[in-house]
Amino acid sequence: MRTIIAAAGVVAALVASAPFGFAQEQEMPTPPRQAWTFDGPFGSFDRASAQRGFQIYAEVCSQCHSMKLVHYGDMGPSGPGGGLGFTEDQVKAIAAQPLVNGKQVTDGPDEEGNMFQRPARPSDALVAPFDNDKQATALYGAVPPDLSVIVKARAGGLDSIFGTRGPDYVYALLRGYTDPPADFKPSSATANYNEYFPGHQIAMPPPLTADRVTYADGTQATLDQESYDIVNFLAWAAEPNLEARHRTGVAVILFLLALVGVLYAAKRRIWAKVHNAEHAGAD
Amino acid sequence: MAHSGTQNRLVRWVDHRLPVFTFMAHELNEYPTPKNLNYWWNFGSLAGVMLVIMIATGIVLAMQYTPHVTMAFDSVERIMRDVNYGWLLRYIHMNGASFFFIVTYTHLFRGLYYGSYKTPRELLWMLGVVILLLMMATAFMGYVLPWGQMSYWGATVITNLFSAIPIVGDSIVTWLWGGFAVGNPTLNRFFSLHYLLPFVIVGVVMLHLVALHQHGSNNPLGIDRKGPQDSIPFHPYYTIKDMFGLGVFLLFFAAMIFFWPNALGDSQNYVEANPLQTPPEIVPEWYFLPFYAILRSVPDLWFIPAKLAGVLALFGSIGLLFVLPWLDRSRVRSARFRPIYKWCFWLLVLDALALGYVGAHRPEGFYIVLGRVATLYYYFHFLILLPLLGKFERPLPLPISISAAVLASHARPAAASVGKA
Repeated sequence: MRTIIAAAGVVAALVASAPFGFAQEQEMPTPPRQAWTFDGPFGSFDRASAQRGFQIYAEVCSQCHSMKLVHYGDMGPSGPGGGLGFTEDQVKAIAAQPLVNGKQVTDGPDEEGNMFQRPARPSDALVAPFDNDKQATALYGAVPPDLSVIVKARAGGLDSIFGTRGPDYVYALLRGYTDPPADFKPSSATANYNEYFPGHQIAMPPPLTADRVTYADGTQATLDQESYDIVNFLAWAAEPNLEARHRTGVAVILFLLALVGVLYAAKRRIWAKVHNAEHAGAD
Repeated sequence: MAHSGTQNRLVRWVDHRLPVFTFMAHELNEYPTPKNLNYWWNFGSLAGVMLVIMIATGIVLAMQYTPHVTMAFDSVERIMRDVNYGWLLRYIHMNGASFFFIVTYTHLFRGLYYGSYKTPRELLWMLGVVILLLMMATAFMGYVLPWGQMSYWGATVITNLFSAIPIVGDSIVTWLWGGFAVGNPTLNRFFSLHYLLPFVIVGVVMLHLVALHQHGSNNPLGIDRKGPQDSIPFHPYYTIKDMFGLGVFLLFFAAMIFFWPNALGDSQNYVEANPLQTPPEIVPEWYFLPFYAILRSVPDLWFIPAKLAGVLALFGSIGLLFVLPWLDRSRVRSARFRPIYKWCFWLLVLDALALGYVGAHRPEGFYIVLGRVATLYYYFHFLILLPLLGKFERPLPLPISISAAVLASHARPAAASVGKA
């Protein structure tokens, strides 16, 4: 049993260390690990921050980025994992108000067979800033990545055990628009220098600056605060069931610990007959 | 009736016509098992449990999944968000693949250490290798289904291996794809086969068990059972030991599912497949890394191009396992009594880990060298070391019987204390 545990430890360490190699191979600074409220077996979302994060998405990010997997209603009490803390009425109001991209939902066909525009409803996905990838390419030069699961899709994903995780990376990226080094040669006029973007040249201009938004709850909108808030919102959007997962997990582990204890006692007792017989024989 | 005890008339009536109860009593209850099995023998039943878990969760997931290139990614996310406990089912299935391989590889290396593949268990071992191959095919096709970037590009790289076959290679690849690139027909057939193969595995597992029960389990001493004093009935002794082991295993499994469900996966697979954009790295899941390293380690050999040579080396590495019972010429099963083989075994474990490490890195500089050395050593171990050891290694004296060895190990501490006194 001891050898099995030791072997498992060695293998786990090797597997866990593998992603490190990739980060080093790209010769990029490693975004530091941050402490998030949703970390660890007991972690949960900072909902006030995530709601402010939605405000940033609605007023800034949604200019270019879609979130096609997230529905307005997900943020209400009937959403996955209990939502983002908005009431039904708040969700209805949020859906009715266009995002900064000003787009409405294309619905139809109506009784004359025509498509028509209407404001979003809670059952709609967040309205994308473009109708299709071709239009996005024409508008922005490339398709801006969908942000629904972005923190699971970057760096070590949502829960790399030791390495940089997606939330750490997005947080670093948003704060990573530093002055370029003297020898920086942008490959195109629209390239921006970013300390943490692979290759340092990112098409996205700095999206967040201090006081880019005005928070209704009076929180000071510094760049750090805005970055923290949007990451909390994106983490909720990527894994809305995270809290249910953590709660269930703690209960399952406690149950299994008790079960293992009972099984171990039963095993000892059943095998005692065999061991006693052997000791008797040895004497 | 063979099954002692039960007086239930219905049971007796059924058993007289369809002897399922006798069969179960014989194979589970009375089935004589060596009394000295250690915890490494838990991993076979753990693999069986994993197979059941994978089939159960997979069937439910298939009810919600859409195998179409424009809908597959979104349908998986819908399972994660909107299906009741869909996140749990999907995370069990996703991490289950990793844990299935963890227990299967452990089971395999246990067989290597204790010589479980030797006569009369050659077919038992070969059926196990068939199960491993089927598992690899199933896991590979299952990984394609979420239709993320790594799904798509992994499928492209691996199916392209068949283009290395001379003359007909390209036609075979087109036939596999159902088109001129990995696309909707590919996804559909992979889904179909991913659903089919686990049931084929169940069939081969049955044969594996029939072969196992013919001669019974090998044991850490690698010597045959000589009589009833060497055996205990499977139930209750190994049922409870297996259950306890299962509980411990589930603790680790649950911890990953609930707290680090994506840690073993590649974050690139949360980006929807895009045939126009190659990801910076195309890496298989961890359980294929050693084989991926072998594939990429082989250079051009004489007239064989590197790609074909790599594919041959890859399939050869599993082919060697298939013929292992005839490569290892030693009559002694357990490495406990083979002083040199014991070291070779651990070197092989290191070698496999080194290959896995190489497989996770771009084939550049040091990694190329290490990959080639490790690949060569893998072949050296099976083709040269094992046959030579069978000839030249001098095994330690074997115990007379299992019970004699067990008694000796219990008597030793007593003897030591006497000596001290």
